[in-house]
Amino acid sequence: MQFVQLVISGVALGCIYGLIALGFVLIYKATETVSFAQGELMMLGAFGALVCMTVLGFPFWLSVMATIAGMGLFGLLVERALIRPILGQPAFSIVMLTIGVGYMARGLITMVPGMGTDTHVLNVPYKDQLWQVGGLIVPMEQLVVMLFTAALCGALFALFRYTKLGIAMQASSQNQLAAYYMGIPVKRLNGLVWALAAVVAALAGLLLAPITFVHANMGFIGLKAFPAAVVGGFTSLPGAIVGGIIIGVVESLAGFYLPEGFKDIAAYVVVLIMLMVKPNGLFGERLRKKV
Amino acid sequence: MRFLFKTGYEQDLRLAKHDGHRFWYGLLGLLLLAAPWLLSEYLLAQLTFILIYSVVGLGLMMLAGFTGLFSIGHAAFLGVGAYTQAVLTQMGWPFPVAMAMAGLLSAAVGVVVGLPALRVKGIYLGIATLSFGFIVEEVFARWESVTGGNTGKTVGAPQMWGWAADTGASFYFVCLVVTVVATLACLNLLRSPTGRAFVAIRDSEISAQSMGIHLAYYKTLSFAISAALAGIGGALYAHQIRFLTPDQFNIIQSIDLLLMVVIGGLGFIHGVFLGATFLIGLPQAISVVKDFLPEAIGNAPGLKAVVYGAVLVAFVLFEPMGLYGRWLKIRTYLQLFPFYRKGMFKRQKSFQKSDRLK
Repeated sequence: MQFVQLVISGVALGCIYGLIALGFVLIYKATETVSFAQGELMMLGAFGALVCMTVLGFPFWLSVMATIAGMGLFGLLVERALIRPILGQPAFSIVMLTIGVGYMARGLITMVPGMGTDTHVLNVPYKDQLWQVGGLIVPMEQLVVMLFTAALCGALFALFRYTKLGIAMQASSQNQLAAYYMGIPVKRLNGLVWALAAVVAALAGLLLAPITFVHANMGFIGLKAFPAAVVGGFTSLPGAIVGGIIIGVVESLAGFYLPEGFKDIAAYVVVLIMLMVKPNGLFGERLRKKV
Repeated sequence: MRFLFKTGYEQDLRLAKHDGHRFWYGLLGLLLLAAPWLLSEYLLAQLTFILIYSVVGLGLMMLAGFTGLFSIGHAAFLGVGAYTQAVLTQMGWPFPVAMAMAGLLSAAVGVVVGLPALRVKGIYLGIATLSFGFIVEEVFARWESVTGGNTGKTVGAPQMWGWAADTGASFYFVCLVVTVVATLACLNLLRSPTGRAFVAIRDSEISAQSMGIHLAYYKTLSFAISAALAGIGGALYAHQIRFLTPDQFNIIQSIDLLLMVVIGGLGFIHGVFLGATFLIGLPQAISVVKDFLPEAIGNAPGLKAVVYGAVLVAFVLFEPMGLYGRWLKIRTYLQLFPFYRKGMFKRQKSFQKSDRLK
């Protein structure tokens, strides 16, 4: 029973990793760049909701809507102001750029007087409720995380599979120049993808906030989402969630059964093994360049 | 304007291409030699730090700037070097021997990390090195019998055969010698077939491979050289800072190192020194400016992060060739005066090329 309990809390944490990883995968899939600021976007989302609820006094659902809209705009803005000018530069430039953006976001939050340096609790309506089934105790927060992740993953899958927009994104991810020739507005799409990634990150922040706390350094959890994305294969949306769940469960089990210290590095050990055994991940596509 | 009249092939290989180089580098050498008498104790310590970071930066530059492999876990090699030095000097090994061992052990670790590099590229390699960095940091924290864990480990002054570099000035000279030797070694390496192979791999793996360059061998070699330099830098770092804790070698340090080579200018040896000066100088500049800022901004714990982030973003956007690239532009402007055109260094606009099909 304890094992199942551990697995459940691992899955819930894994869903968070998966959601952040989903942001990486979205951006990578559509624009072929990697964003290191995803964790910080999540942190900004959580703070946004916090401001809406405590300072502005919005009800919970309105706060969620406002946060989503705000973060979407923020994603658009970041793409327009910072990413678009260096479109086409080596991928590493954009990695460094997003590291810089992440640093700035984390630092600027600490400058908000009376809020930035403290740890906060986000009061969601479903806080501290337990769901009991056959001896298992599942906190409501974890259940919400799991259900919501599943729904979001399905929606994104449908977007990429069945809508014109999603197919355009896929085309632009395979060859931006060719997509442009086919009449796809590649730059506008990139902006939309960044907005979408920021929204997903904000949702991850909203879901994570009741489980942990809201503080300036919560974005560091984003570094654990990289292993999740790699394990799932960097180009696969369901892969990101599966990868996240694997990392979460391994971490949760390692924290209980292995000596102290293994919990923090379990994710990285898993990803190193994965890179040696199957570098393209579980669901990744294997492509080779023909000369 | 200067015209180089070439009369022999050796001229192409010379380190100092003309008298201007000889004069300015000679002057720089003299100033560095005279530094202990010119600078205060505090500034000399900062200069020593710049030299130490330059050695580490040379290593990262070989890897990232010349071979095109990016490591987001380079602080781990720095840490391996530092802890090896701490343990060996505690056992009474003379300083140069311990430093050589620190370099060798780091290189061995580098080879191990380099192994996934043979199979993965780009961002995957970044994540592999990032993961490795986290694991090594955790090992430093948990292997208490050797590293002292989170309580830290003290390191003495460097000693060799009856002589100890226990003053700021004497240790400065030790660092200066190591830096000069490391720089000359890197410059030499870069004009040898090995260095040319690195650059070829950076520019295009496929064409390098078709020219008969053994990718696996040269990539592993690059990792080993890079890690060895980081390890040697780590050994000096241990003596300079005198007290080692695992969190000195965390992800922030790794990103600082990357920031150093990117801001200095990727692909230029000069860039390492400019970047190191920048990295050491920036916190000093921040602490000076801090007092003039409003309370909420000046005393925020994240001030340093904001400045670092803003600088990094600004460099990637406006000066991708780094500080040395900026100097190159100024130099070209002066050399060609008044014929410099605005678009001479302009980046070509293009769409993202797929990295997945490599």
